[in-house]
Amino acid sequence: MSTLFAARDIAIQFGGIKAVDAVTFDVNEGEVFSIIGPNGAGKTTIFNLISRIYNPTSGELTFNGRNITRVPPHEIASLGIARTFQNIELFAQATLLQNLLIGRHCHVRNNLISQLCFLPSTRKAELEHREKVEDIIAFLDLQRYRDTLIANLPYGVRKVVELGRALCVEPKLLLLDEPSSGLNVEETEGMAFWIEDIKKDLGITVIMVEHDMKLVSAVSDRVMALNYGRVLALGTPHEVQTHPEVVRAYIGGEA
Amino acid sequence: MHQALKTSYRQDISLLANRSGVFWYGLLIVVMLLVPGVLGEFYVNELGGVFIFAIAGVGLMLLTGYTGLVNLGQGAFLGIGAYTNSVLMTKGVPFVITLPLSGVFAAIAGILLGIPTLRMTGFYLAIATLAFGSIVGTIFQKWTAVTGGFDGFAVPTPTILGYPIEGATGVYYMSLFVLIFVLWMSVNILRSPVGRAMVAIRDSEVSAQSMGINLSLYKTISFAISSGITGLAGALFAHYVRFLAPDSFDILLSIQFVTIIFVGGLGSLHGAIFGAMFVRLLPQLIAIVRDDLPFGIGRMPGLEPSLFGLVLVLVILFEPTGIYGRWLKLKTYFKNFPLHRRTGMRRQKTYARSERLR
Amino acid sequence: MGDVAHLLQLVINGAAGGCIYGVIALGFVLIYKATEMINFAQGDLMMLGGFVALSLIANMGLNYWLGGLLAIAIMTAFGFLLDAVLLRRVIGQPQFAVIMLTLGLGFIFRAFAGITWGYGSYTFVTPFTNKVERFGGIVIGQDSLSIVVGTVILCLVLYLFFSKTRLGIAMQAASQNQLAAYYMGIPVRTIFSLIWGISAAASTVAGILLAPSTVLDVNMGFLGFKAFAAAVLGGFGSIPGALVGGVIIGIVEQLAGYYLPAGFQEVTSNIVLLLVLILRPQGIFAETQRKKV
Repeated sequence: MSTLFAARDIAIQFGGIKAVDAVTFDVNEGEVFSIIGPNGAGKTTIFNLISRIYNPTSGELTFNGRNITRVPPHEIASLGIARTFQNIELFAQATLLQNLLIGRHCHVRNNLISQLCFLPSTRKAELEHREKVEDIIAFLDLQRYRDTLIANLPYGVRKVVELGRALCVEPKLLLLDEPSSGLNVEETEGMAFWIEDIKKDLGITVIMVEHDMKLVSAVSDRVMALNYGRVLALGTPHEVQTHPEVVRAYIGGEA
Repeated sequence: MHQALKTSYRQDISLLANRSGVFWYGLLIVVMLLVPGVLGEFYVNELGGVFIFAIAGVGLMLLTGYTGLVNLGQGAFLGIGAYTNSVLMTKGVPFVITLPLSGVFAAIAGILLGIPTLRMTGFYLAIATLAFGSIVGTIFQKWTAVTGGFDGFAVPTPTILGYPIEGATGVYYMSLFVLIFVLWMSVNILRSPVGRAMVAIRDSEVSAQSMGINLSLYKTISFAISSGITGLAGALFAHYVRFLAPDSFDILLSIQFVTIIFVGGLGSLHGAIFGAMFVRLLPQLIAIVRDDLPFGIGRMPGLEPSLFGLVLVLVILFEPTGIYGRWLKLKTYFKNFPLHRRTGMRRQKTYARSERLR
Repeated sequence: MGDVAHLLQLVINGAAGGCIYGVIALGFVLIYKATEMINFAQGDLMMLGGFVALSLIANMGLNYWLGGLLAIAIMTAFGFLLDAVLLRRVIGQPQFAVIMLTLGLGFIFRAFAGITWGYGSYTFVTPFTNKVERFGGIVIGQDSLSIVVGTVILCLVLYLFFSKTRLGIAMQAASQNQLAAYYMGIPVRTIFSLIWGISAAASTVAGILLAPSTVLDVNMGFLGFKAFAAAVLGGFGSIPGALVGGVIIGIVEQLAGYYLPAGFQEVTSNIVLLLVLILRPQGIFAETQRKKV
């Protein structure tokens, strides 16, 4: 198992607050790696650092052997990293199909003139993108919502569309930010199945931020617990969940 | 109930989805081509004006309706196109070259506006474009060596292959062809990755970036295409008015353009056409009914702008989706008749996200 | 001494004009801070306020102070009704829609003013017209002084109102967090209408102060665009910033008119605006927030 992604002493400060403080971890190819911790622990901030929305104040990020600490945010997708957002950042006034097609953007090779005149090369590429997107639609059972505006879709479906859009990027690394938040028990089970399929059938490495411990135990290979921006524990789900520091962070220690 | 079913992906991305689309749009084009032979010069002239404003409307629609970038300085680009075209023609450059060049110059101006405003959103962008438009307007007035300032600028008659394009009919056909070209290009944009990138930028810049869209690049492209199209409209506008005055490209013109895309229906190409029809034909309508209005309303000065404002207010309050939105609702009504439900078309209450945290 | 005196003269005139921009910008920022609405008709509110004062003072012969106060009261009610009847309905629509709405309102206001009062230029006599004060070599019109003094008094009144009275504090709460304000029993929608009323009142004050030195006409609302520049320069969302921004723009305009070639004065405010937006969009008193994704 080789290391696909590594964070070394990554840190970011907002004013005087250290949101992420010297966090170090590796993610192996093909595994599902979960990050857990109380609210405000810095989990989503780490995602924002990896997808380069924030600039770290120190530390290094390596992906596939390449230093990506200062890469501009719009290049992350073509490197092979895709993400979902905690509060759903879909394109609300576009259809589901268009949202997924936008996920294919990093694979677009036609130049502007070819697109303006809709030359045969663009037409051919459009049809290919459509085929790939339809595969994802089939995988996630979204056929009947294809031409519906996102604004008219229920929350549970939108969560799935977020996932689908990230999959259209054909990433090597998928960052899932609280995939089960807002979902009921059945929907969460469905999500668990999809994460398994993503790992086994599509061979994608997954880093997941989650609160739902059942989901974390069910799908993760390794877990990292954070609190106040610092790593508390790193290991198998069982090891981390029984780690005294982690227990104390969630439940509180003796007075 | 007739529902058009699509049977292939190819059909989904083609220009016209089915036979009936081909028939109706084809008929429309034939009718448009025959109009000058049937209607008098006055109507031909008015329609020519509608086409020109529709072209500029499409340009602004791509920028504001599809990319989400507010532009209150569109009048400046019309002016840049108009003056570029006319000045070059007086230097002897033939019309077939000045027309595209006007587009290019306006596109360059658009890039000049786009680049410093890349990080601006909402109100800031609106104000910046307003300031830009104002500055360009002042340049038109003060750079008398080129524009002739308030003395005005007489526009030479264009010729193509030696034949002069004269009168309302000439402007009509030129504008019609340019409009069809611009519409074709816009449809291409909207079914290509470029168009989707624009929509992505409008709806969520953060996730657009995460999907690989280079914000700066696509915002600049959008500005360039939008102003380029408006520049073309400007060149045609010069021949429509025959005589350029520097203060015609001011904030009031820009507001007319924004009204076109808003009243027409933000976020649709049809909206640009409907909006242009509305903005250009409303004054004519007022002129016709003016004398019949009770209480001497018709004779009041300032009737036109007040009606303009009134329509804007009413549209926002009662039909924010504009003319095209209402048209779609009407079509759905007839399609579903007699099973139409009012609630199916009731507008969902939207809670706009705070612009302060975009 | 002559040059310095002249410079000082320009600065003072500029500050007076700038106070007007600042007061309009203040009204504008008040509305934005509370409701996030952009009121492109702010300048036209000033115009209407000036004309109402004209009717009361010049046509009906009321005393300047009485007429002024009455005009302010009328416009406060007008602003309140404007929000309660019209603007409340568009809460939740995207910002662009609100911009279009207020642009449309601007047209209606101008047409209404033209129909009611006519399209000429008007003025009314004030206790400050045509009187001057002399300080050393400098001549200051009393109308300019009245503008500055009036602005200071207005700001003092508003400051005391917002920080000391219950209503003012409730307004601050409502503008910062609507939901929490609702929970505290604050009638948020009424408060917003009141804020529109106060904003209209402030603009009326500007109109009244401006009347002696600049004639009233239906298009004077276009000054409002300079007020936007002032609001941005001061740091959007900052009330003292709006004033400071206005004064700076007023002074820069006067200096540009004197020292730069002809024609530059008009574009000064626009160039300042663009520079601020490009180089330091937070303005002078920055109030930036960042979205958490």
